Amino acid sequence: MIAIAAPSTAIGRTGIWTRMSHGTTVPVLIVVAAIIVIWYAASVWLNSAWQFQVFARGDGDWTWGEFVAGTFSQDRPLLPAPHQVAVELWNTVVGQNVTSRRSLVYHAWITLSATLLGFAMGTGLGILLAVLIVHNRAMDRSLLPWIIASQTIPILAIAPMVVVVLASIGMTGLVPKALISTYLSFFPVVVGMVKGFRSPDQIQLDLMRTYNASSNQTFWKLRFPASLPYLFTSMKVGVAASLVGAIVGELPTGAAGGLGSRLLAGSYYGQTVQIWSALLMAAALSAMLILAITVAQRVVLARMGANA
Amino acid sequence: MNAPASLSKPAPQTTTKVIEAKGLGLTFETNDGPVHALTDVGLDIKKGEFVSFIGPSGCGKTTFLRVIADLEQPTSGTISVNGMSPEEARRHRAYGYVFQAAALYPWRTIERNVALPLEIMGYSRTERRERIARTLDLVNLSGFEKKYPWQLSGGMQQRASIARALAFDADLLLMDEPFGALDEIVRDHLNEQLLQLWKRTNKTICFVTHSIPEAVYLSTKIVVMSPRPGRVTDVIESTLPTERPLDIRETPEFLAIAARVREGLRAGHSYDE
Repeated sequence: MIAIAAPSTAIGRTGIWTRMSHGTTVPVLIVVAAIIVIWYAASVWLNSAWQFQVFARGDGDWTWGEFVAGTFSQDRPLLPAPHQVAVELWNTVVGQNVTSRRSLVYHAWITLSATLLGFAMGTGLGILLAVLIVHNRAMDRSLLPWIIASQTIPILAIAPMVVVVLASIGMTGLVPKALISTYLSFFPVVVGMVKGFRSPDQIQLDLMRTYNASSNQTFWKLRFPASLPYLFTSMKVGVAASLVGAIVGELPTGAAGGLGSRLLAGSYYGQTVQIWSALLMAAALSAMLILAITVAQRVVLARMGANA
Repeated sequence: MNAPASLSKPAPQTTTKVIEAKGLGLTFETNDGPVHALTDVGLDIKKGEFVSFIGPSGCGKTTFLRVIADLEQPTSGTISVNGMSPEEARRHRAYGYVFQAAALYPWRTIERNVALPLEIMGYSRTERRERIARTLDLVNLSGFEKKYPWQLSGGMQQRASIARALAFDADLLLMDEPFGALDEIVRDHLNEQLLQLWKRTNKTICFVTHSIPEAVYLSTKIVVMSPRPGRVTDVIESTLPTERPLDIRETPEFLAIAARVREGLRAGHSYDE
């Protein structure tokens, strides 16, 4: 690889290794490696108590090598070792048919669909509220305090009630979870978009006035394009909150499926490996969603002539 | 540019008043009490004139321009623009306004920035294209249609913003210190270009500046203003010929006008601060 990369450096194109070490790849890999090392060390430490008990019940004849190997291979470890989680992930992601209830992909999709629906509704609601706030002084004064107050209610307290109340009127499955996602994700969008819609300079607003532009025209030709960088930033925060909302919404539904129910089932039965693999799946999902928004942001802002 | 005849004004048939202000006053109510931005301003501007407003900061020159543009409302007196109230004139899109900063939209290319007022005013696509080409040529920016504002120098950005103000058919051009942020050489160059543009288009131009040479070089009429309260202290009709090479600034005639402007400024200026 290096041998192939080196000549290409010579003819002017930067080699992959050079680019990686100059970019974020190498630092990120170093951090990941450090986390894995710390994780292994922590699992030895946290699982040692149980391991000592196991050895005490045996013939009392053990080596430190056996001890470490033991802490890495318990059935219900306090903290599973990274490779245990990796094996569980492999078995539940690749080893199962995706339509099977034992597949993590199946559960991830249930959570993802609620996340995406809730995020779409939350973003839409956030933009709508921001438009109202920017265009109406009364809305500005009356709405924003309520919006901020809404976020001081702990989501863990309100989520089960939303699920229970909606279930009593016959709404179950996707919609209640999506509503909790909406509740969490509209907030960063409102705050970001109010700022975005107000980002044009006075001089640019005066310019629209000299053209006798309607407020509709001012919105679509000035306020909206000016707000797009803010929109993408808020969407990144919003989508992560959406995923949290969907998972929290799945906790009270128990067996109905989704990463949240995997977490709950795992904690019922002490299946820590299952909990950790569901957690990692949730993290991967959130990273993918944010990456997708980042790509969309790059494409849109590049088309708007961004200077970078 | 008709006959080389004698001196002064470009077109003798221009008797229509574009702007007529009588006893105009504007007082801002602030927390520190009222600020008299304009008091008792009376001024007539005829069609085809190039009028400069000069004075120190706070003399109300920009405020006066903004009153013409209906961006500020006077608190006393009367003003008409093209025989209408400023608001009606704005609704009839009677003027193009060039701000201190170019205020181009960073997400639009130069041609689409020039297209902005045309889109808002509902010009057809073919007409937009034709007008963009014509006005960009007028400000010597042909070839930069597809560039984004950040790819242009400050002077070029300001020229693009002038093109944007010229793109639609307003006979009145209001310019608020458009070259204030540019260096001397670029400024000289743009002043020359602006004069040529004015002669070619025969528009009425109101130009705010605090540079004496700029005011004298460009104008057919110089309005000297002074602050606290903002008022007109002198109106000078220029005797310079319409043909004005840059070195006209060395002639005795030019220097005499500049001296009168300076005198007017000094009379209204307090050096307490």
